[in-house]
Amino acid sequence: MDAVIDIALLALLAVTALAILRMRNLFAAVMLSGIYSLLSAGIFTALDAVDVAFTEAAVGAGISTVLMLGTLAIVGHKEKKPAHTPLLPLFVVLVTGGALVYGTLDMPPFGDPTNPVHHHVAPRYVEESGHEIGIPNIVTSVLASYRGYDTMGETTVIFAAAVGVILLLGGARPARVAAGEVSGGSEEGSEPLEEQSHG
Amino acid sequence: MDDRVILRVGAKFLIPFILLFALYVQFHGDYGPGGGFQAGVIFAAAFVLYALVYGLPNAERAMPPRVVYICSALGVVIYAGVGVVTLLKGANFLDYGVLAHDPEHGQHYGILFVELGVLTTVFGVMVTVFYAFAGRGRKDG
Amino acid sequence: MRLLGLYNYWVVIVLMMVGFYTIIARDNLVKKLIGLSIFQTSVFMLYISMGRIHGGTAPILMEGTDVVYSNPLPHVLILTAIVVGVATTAVGLSLVIRINEAYGTVEEDEIHSQDESL
Repeated sequence: MDAVIDIALLALLAVTALAILRMRNLFAAVMLSGIYSLLSAGIFTALDAVDVAFTEAAVGAGISTVLMLGTLAIVGHKEKKPAHTPLLPLFVVLVTGGALVYGTLDMPPFGDPTNPVHHHVAPRYVEESGHEIGIPNIVTSVLASYRGYDTMGETTVIFAAAVGVILLLGGARPARVAAGEVSGGSEEGSEPLEEQSHG
Repeated sequence: MDDRVILRVGAKFLIPFILLFALYVQFHGDYGPGGGFQAGVIFAAAFVLYALVYGLPNAERAMPPRVVYICSALGVVIYAGVGVVTLLKGANFLDYGVLAHDPEHGQHYGILFVELGVLTTVFGVMVTVFYAFAGRGRKDG
Repeated sequence: MRLLGLYNYWVVIVLMMVGFYTIIARDNLVKKLIGLSIFQTSVFMLYISMGRIHGGTAPILMEGTDVVYSNPLPHVLILTAIVVGVATTAVGLSLVIRINEAYGTVEEDEIHSQDESL
């Protein structure tokens, strides 16, 4: 039963991805990518990764769709027909994909408990975290305690991303109005192309 | 936007529950799926919904941009602060065992505060990014 | 059974290649970012597939000693990667908005032709 759900959901996912590729209306493509995220959340649940599924459903299907739509509202939602032939990229993709499929032939089969990946640090997390950390959710134990450094780095990365977005888009509106009078730097940024393309 | 009564009332009805659910996800993350990352995104989603239905100016009155900027930095400070406290207590950076008399309780406190830091940063970053995009869109369009 | 054992990885490769093709063959920058997020999700799928154990359950400790848990480590890695992914996508999208303001278009070939005519 597990296998049937897995196969069906993954096939739907592949179909959705192909539909996104073919869709020339970007609005529809963004909505389909929301569906794509929700489907992958379903697959993560079927693969026992409940925390990941939760995150993917909240982030991929929620916030990132909103951000994409916000961008489309500014840049427009029509994609032009590609000018050049797709033969070269198709060739590159087929060769790369072929090499990757060849690589998978040596991989241990899906779901086998004897796979090497299950015999490194994971058994320790599963066996010891119960009385070392004392909370039932192993993912939370590993995330916040065993790999605390890692998570701190990730938190810093998303903070840095927010700083990047503020620098690029001038932050939220009131701050930009205030800064525009002082520096003039953000004022130039918000003007359309004339000044920038010459300078 | 003024005549969409169902949207406005529906959103007003949903937002408190979204916020409450985010807090549940945050504090139940030790026992079930959930944690700071998910809770932060859900918390931010409540304000995104508010901004979508009631407009950006109202959302910025409810949650001023300055506050979310501070939030996104504050979370990292909380996280690193927990590490500094453990250093001062004589253990390694982010070794929560020393935060209480019993190492297991120490781990509990450490994870609680660290997840709180993650929640604050993720919430701040998501709302900051949304404000930046939405503010840009309205100015040009 | 041998074929079924690699099915997940092959779908991952198909998704990866669809994302890759979108990035290199499409000119629209927003479309490229959508392709990038397809690629990203395929990598997540690869990790989570590797962490799965047949007959296992979600890694949340339960009563009883003979419960098999799936590998929690890939879950942790991917959990944070998803959030970092959306943050970097946001940076990419804001770059697209700035490019649109500077060039008046988000189609790559038009941007190139404007650069060459300078």
